[in-house]
Amino acid sequence: MSRQPYVRPISKTTWYMRNGRYKRYMLREVTCLLVGFYSLLAIFGLAALAAGTPERWDAFLASQQNGLMVAVHAIALVYFLVYMTFDWFKLAPKAMPVQLGEKKLPAQVIVIGHYLAWVVVSLVIFWLAGVI
Amino acid sequence: MSIAKKSVVWGLFAAGGTISAFVFPAMIALFLLIALGKTPAGLQFESIHAFATNWLGKLSLFVVISLSLWHAAHRLRVVFHDFGVRLDKVVANAVYLVALIGTVMTAFYLYVI
Repeated sequence: MSRQPYVRPISKTTWYMRNGRYKRYMLREVTCLLVGFYSLLAIFGLAALAAGTPERWDAFLASQQNGLMVAVHAIALVYFLVYMTFDWFKLAPKAMPVQLGEKKLPAQVIVIGHYLAWVVVSLVIFWLAGVI
Repeated sequence: MSIAKKSVVWGLFAAGGTISAFVFPAMIALFLLIALGKTPAGLQFESIHAFATNWLGKLSLFVVISLSLWHAAHRLRVVFHDFGVRLDKVVANAVYLVALIGTVMTAFYLYVI
């Protein structure tokens, strides 16, 4: 007597479309493309800087100055904030719970701490860049 | 994968994710300013070159770029799996190799500057 358990067929390529949580997960995971893109862009910038002359650096800046890159950076900024930064902060208390003796630090405190630190980090970067 | 290897990969992923979550929004905003033709003073050649010459500037640029690359590589490996690509060994080798090359390039350029 052999039993043949029923296995629900699930698509390997579109499984996340069935459920809002899974979709949200995929929207978050693909932010790695943005992290990769901006890391490589930063390396291109360093290469231009390493040439040691203002010409190469100015050419790098000029390569960003067109309508396409305005759109890319604007969309990337919003997408990154929503699906990477804010999601990362939301998950932080689950990934790194803080134990204080018998008690745990409330999740909200950890999340708010992340937001405050993020504001400080951003202000420091803008200050270093001469924006403020 | 051994537990020791896994913890290294996970550690780099988590560190890179935290750093990029904190730093990248401001960095993308700066790129947006550049794209709009409003390059801030600190990103003109003299200032940014001085920043990248300073050892603290070098260190922070290296930490941010290299850890972010390792984070992106690890997440991209999982994304490939999630989109139905079942060639984990090939994918893992490819993404970690790119992260390694990027790390070496970052170190080299910072050394030259």
